[in-house]
Amino acid sequence: MPNLKDLKNRIASVKSTRKITKAMQMVAAAKLRRAQDAAEMARPYAERFTAVMSKLAASVGDAENAPRLLSGTGKDDVQLLVVMTAERGLCGGFNSNIARLARIEIEKLKAEGKTVKILTVGKKGRDALKRDHADLYIDHVDMSDVRNVGYADAQKIAKNVLDRFDNGEFDVAKIFFSEFENVVTQKPTIQQVIPFDVPETDEDDSDTFYDFEPGEEEILRDLLPRGVAMAIFSGLLENGASEQGARMSAMDNATRNAGEMIDKLTIEYNRSRQAVITNELIEIISGAEAL
Amino acid sequence: MAETLQFDLVSPERLLASVEAREVKIPGAEGDLTAMPDHSPLITTLRPGLVTVSGAQGETVYAVTGGFAEINPGSISVLAERAIPRDELSQEQFKELVDEATAKLTKAQETFQNEPGPVDDAAKLLADMVAMGDDIGLRSN
Repeated sequence: MPNLKDLKNRIASVKSTRKITKAMQMVAAAKLRRAQDAAEMARPYAERFTAVMSKLAASVGDAENAPRLLSGTGKDDVQLLVVMTAERGLCGGFNSNIARLARIEIEKLKAEGKTVKILTVGKKGRDALKRDHADLYIDHVDMSDVRNVGYADAQKIAKNVLDRFDNGEFDVAKIFFSEFENVVTQKPTIQQVIPFDVPETDEDDSDTFYDFEPGEEEILRDLLPRGVAMAIFSGLLENGASEQGARMSAMDNATRNAGEMIDKLTIEYNRSRQAVITNELIEIISGAEAL
Repeated sequence: MAETLQFDLVSPERLLASVEAREVKIPGAEGDLTAMPDHSPLITTLRPGLVTVSGAQGETVYAVTGGFAEINPGSISVLAERAIPRDELSQEQFKELVDEATAKLTKAQETFQNEPGPVDDAAKLLADMVAMGDDIGLRSN
C-alpha cells in the first residue's frame, strides 16, 4: 500500500506544476494577442509591396539583364536553408515540426546531389539541426535578446543572407517557418526567397501602364533586397504568433493533465486513508472479540 | 475630376497614415514630385527626405529614410522602411540616422575601393539625409 505521506507530497507537487502551466498558458495567450496584432499590422505593407513587385516583374519579364536576385544564378546546386525557430521550448511540437520539415528537405536535396547549407535563427532549431547536420551548419542568428521582433531584426538576417549571396556562397535560399493558422494549427512552411518568387498578377489591373522612375531595373535592384527582408520579417511574425499559439495549447493540455492526475491521486489517497482506518477498526474489534 | 486622392503611408511594422489628401509631395529618387488627383500611374524609389501631405486638416510632414511609392490616379501609397512624423523626429533620432548613413559610407569606401558606384550611392544617401536635416532645422553633427 502506498505511503500516505508520499501520496500527499505527490499531490502537492502536481498542484504546483499545474499552477505553473496555467500561468504559462495565460502569459502565452496575452503574448499571442500581441503577436497576432503585429502580424496584422505588417499586412498592408506586405500586400502593397507584393502588388508593386508583381507589376515590376511583369514589365521587366525575362529580360537577360534582370537582377540575379530575381533570375537566380542559373543553377540550384548550392542551397541555403534558413531555419527559423523559437528561442525557447515548452511549446508543443512547434520547434520540432519545423526542424523535421528542414530535415526532410535536407535529405531530399542531398539525394538529388545538391550541396546544402544551413543558417539557423533561434536557439531551438540550432540545437535540433546541429546534432545531425553539424557539417552543413554555417551560421546562427541569435534572437534571445529580442523581445518584440522588429523589422530591423529581419533586415539583419536578410543582410547576412544577401552578403552570402553576393559572395556566391549559394544559388537558392529558402526560409523555414511555421505559418499561423489558428491556436491549435500551425503549419510548417518552406518559402523560397532567392531567386525571388514573384506572385501572379491579377488580370484585371494588369492593363494599367506604369511609368518607372528611375528605370524598371534600377527599381527592381532596389526592391529585391527589401523583398527578402520582408519575406523574412513576415516569416518571423508568423513564427512569433505560431510559437505562442503552440505554447498556449501545449500548456492548456498540461494543465488539464495535471488536473486529471490530481483527481486520480486524491482518490487513491482517500482510499488508502480509508483502508488504514478500516484496518485499525478490524484490529480493535478482533482484539475486543478475543477477550 | 476627383478632388482628393487616398494617401497611405506604410512601414513594414504598421500602417502609419491613411487619409484623403489634396496633394502629396514626395522625395523621388530623381527629384521631388507632387502627386495630385489623376496623376498618371508611376512607381518610383525614394531618397531620404520629407513627405508632405496636404489635406482637409492642413499639412502633415513625415521624414522618410527611403523606400518607394506607387502612384495611381486615385491613390498614392508610400512604402517607407522608416517614417517618422516631423514633429516627433528628435535631434537624437536624426543624429542616429546620420550616423548610420555615415557608417554605411565608411563601409562602402572600405569594401569597394575600386568601384565608385556603391561609394557614390552611400555618399548621396548621407548628403540627402543631411539636406533633410537642414530642411527641418536639425543639426547633422
